[in-house]
Amino acid sequence: MGRLEGRTVDPAALEMLKHADEQGLETAWDRCRAQEPLCGFGNLGVCCRICLQGPCRIDPFGEGATRGICGAQDYSIVARNLIRSIAGGTAAHSDHGRHVALTLLAHLDGHAPDYRIADPAKAEAVARRIGLDPAGKTPQEITREVTLAALRDFSRLEEEPCTWVTSTVTPGMTEKFEECAIMPSNINGAIAEVMHRSTMGVDADPINLIFGGLKSALADYAGCHLSTDLTDILFGTPRPVRSYANLGVIDPEKVNITVHGHIPLLSEIVVDVAREMEDEARAAGAAGINVVGICCTANEVLMRKGIPLATNFIAQELAIMTGAVDAIIVDLQCIMPALKTLCECFHTRLITTIPFSKIPGAYHVDFREERAKESARRIVKLAIEAYRERDPAKVHVPQVKNEVVAGFSLETMLEIFASVNQEKPIRALVDAIEEGEIRGIALFAGCTNTKARHDEGHLTIARELAKNDVFIVATGCAAGALAKAGYMRPGAVKEFAGPGLSRFLERLGRASGFDGGLPLAFHMGSCVDNSRAVDLAVLIAKEMGSDVADIPFVATAPEAMHEKAVSIGAWAVTLGFPTHVGVIPPVYGSSLVTEVVTKIAEDVFGGYFILETDPLKAAQKLIEALNYRNWRRKYSRASLDEAMVAE
Amino acid sequence: MKEVFVRLARCVGCRQCEISCALVHSESRDIHQAVWERPLPRQRVRVTREGSEYYPLRCFHCEDAPCIGACISGAMHLDEDVGTVACDTARCVGCWMCVMVCPYGSVRIHEGQKVALKCDRCPDEDEPACVRGCPTRALLVKERALVV
Repeated sequence: MGRLEGRTVDPAALEMLKHADEQGLETAWDRCRAQEPLCGFGNLGVCCRICLQGPCRIDPFGEGATRGICGAQDYSIVARNLIRSIAGGTAAHSDHGRHVALTLLAHLDGHAPDYRIADPAKAEAVARRIGLDPAGKTPQEITREVTLAALRDFSRLEEEPCTWVTSTVTPGMTEKFEECAIMPSNINGAIAEVMHRSTMGVDADPINLIFGGLKSALADYAGCHLSTDLTDILFGTPRPVRSYANLGVIDPEKVNITVHGHIPLLSEIVVDVAREMEDEARAAGAAGINVVGICCTANEVLMRKGIPLATNFIAQELAIMTGAVDAIIVDLQCIMPALKTLCECFHTRLITTIPFSKIPGAYHVDFREERAKESARRIVKLAIEAYRERDPAKVHVPQVKNEVVAGFSLETMLEIFASVNQEKPIRALVDAIEEGEIRGIALFAGCTNTKARHDEGHLTIARELAKNDVFIVATGCAAGALAKAGYMRPGAVKEFAGPGLSRFLERLGRASGFDGGLPLAFHMGSCVDNSRAVDLAVLIAKEMGSDVADIPFVATAPEAMHEKAVSIGAWAVTLGFPTHVGVIPPVYGSSLVTEVVTKIAEDVFGGYFILETDPLKAAQKLIEALNYRNWRRKYSRASLDEAMVAE
Repeated sequence: MKEVFVRLARCVGCRQCEISCALVHSESRDIHQAVWERPLPRQRVRVTREGSEYYPLRCFHCEDAPCIGACISGAMHLDEDVGTVACDTARCVGCWMCVMVCPYGSVRIHEGQKVALKCDRCPDEDEPACVRGCPTRALLVKERALVV
């Protein structure tokens, strides 16, 4: 395997890496080499930088310091670092959700006229779920009540549980969280508590620290879920859409605007405004305007508007290197500051839009909800201006793209299931599990990471699971990997699905009259939309009369990178999912913490981490986890039947 | 003859050379696996501090090495091909005379195996692990003649 082939399995990315090499352009992979060898202490999580006496490090080989200056052992240091990472992720997801809530409120107060309540039915459904009575109220009134309830999850002072946790999980799970004292009552409070308990001289008990981290993780879950709900109300619940994915979606004939980041508040408007400004682009000599996406902003606008996905996280620079991107608009999270230096080699305008997310040297268009369209117009104008400066000699777009069927919100999934079972749609999936037609369900989530070969883990595990009749749902950059490789086109079912899964998907596709057939992997949205996968799991669990910890549903993040992946992983385990992570997180410096997250967690919550860097072995472990749960369910039911017969 | 040199001003005391040294002497050579190995892999270099200056202390492979003179079993010897002071652990009887006489404290006791533990300058590597692992390039390997 060549040097560049070892970096990615995505043919478009590989072509661009070769191009970058020829042109002398630097990528994250090059910078990764410059970082090697990675600091051994940091890599194991035994470096403590929390107070100014240090930094302290525990010698992992036992010859040097065994404790920090304050006396903290390896397990306290690893646990503190781990839960601070969870708090970072929680802050990111929940702030995203809070931002959407405030926008909705601004709109309801008449300050954000460019928005509308796109899905009043969702508002009503959410209101019912959280125990509000929508009867006789206008969509505006219902939305206001729902939004205020969401904001209360950030501001509650009483020790009452977060509405977005209790209203979305089973009563058994709620009880477990209360029992373990990890039920958050206030998202911001949970983050503050983690920062407090992990600061110098507070909590040193690794188990207690980890439980504090899980409280924050559940707050993260609440933030993700309310973010999904409110974004659906604001921009519409995703419906099936067809589009394309991979760098080939960049159209050299058009003005290309790339939306990148996570929060779709501006990018949704940019998509609309771009459609209105086609004439200006034509006047500049372009064939029109082409909006494409990167990371989760891409997933948001792909799910709701069918905007093509250019690439996922680690390959973001490669999109700029095509020389045909005129503007890249970034909001927040996962945006490499390296984009700025790279944009200087091209005509590309890098435009930051969020007051607390700036990059030195970039254009900054201050995005305000009250003037959303105006901000969007300024951005599209900048892109058209840049187009005039584009150097055709520098344009190099790989002709690689794959068809994608996306838009599988839970609502859409249930509609499809309803074609088989009108009365109880979820029964369609549960029957298939109980009859052994499908082995279970796997959620593909998380990022891409230079520690792994780009996309290889996602694709290898997806192929192995599909072959073994596992129903696949995906979010975030994992969904991006599957989309780019064509695993989200209907043809992929024939190519990769085992006989049971194939039969199940074909039956569903036929019954629902799904045009062209169903995809192999179902795109459920951005990383906050992992909440949709939880909703699916909770529905299945309720239908089976159990909790998520009992159903054959696993999660995998083959290339986790962000703190957000740590917090999602933590709540996935807490909710009861066996959760595979394909890069080793900084926990191995403490055998105690490692044992807790990989083994003991199962005894408490049913979920646990599977840390495995080899994708084939990981797939095997995920299949074993599904088999075990199926076996346990059958066994417990058989013994129950036997007992009844005996009576 | 090659020698490892230290650029004092560049050493920030990060101890990555220690980790790299232990890793290259581990079974797996992978940080995430090495910490689970028993016995734990041993490092041959140690970062010391004098005032505000750090120094990665390792065996200097002395031309006239006291440890060789003190060795009662003939285990400690000069490998003339590569110019290193090497310990033939099969012959080492664990009398610790070498440990006593080394003026730099660079020979230590391998507690698990009861033999002398010292820098072997990574005979199977292109570059000693401590040099390769140093993030500030404070450690350099150069021909002795070129530097002196």
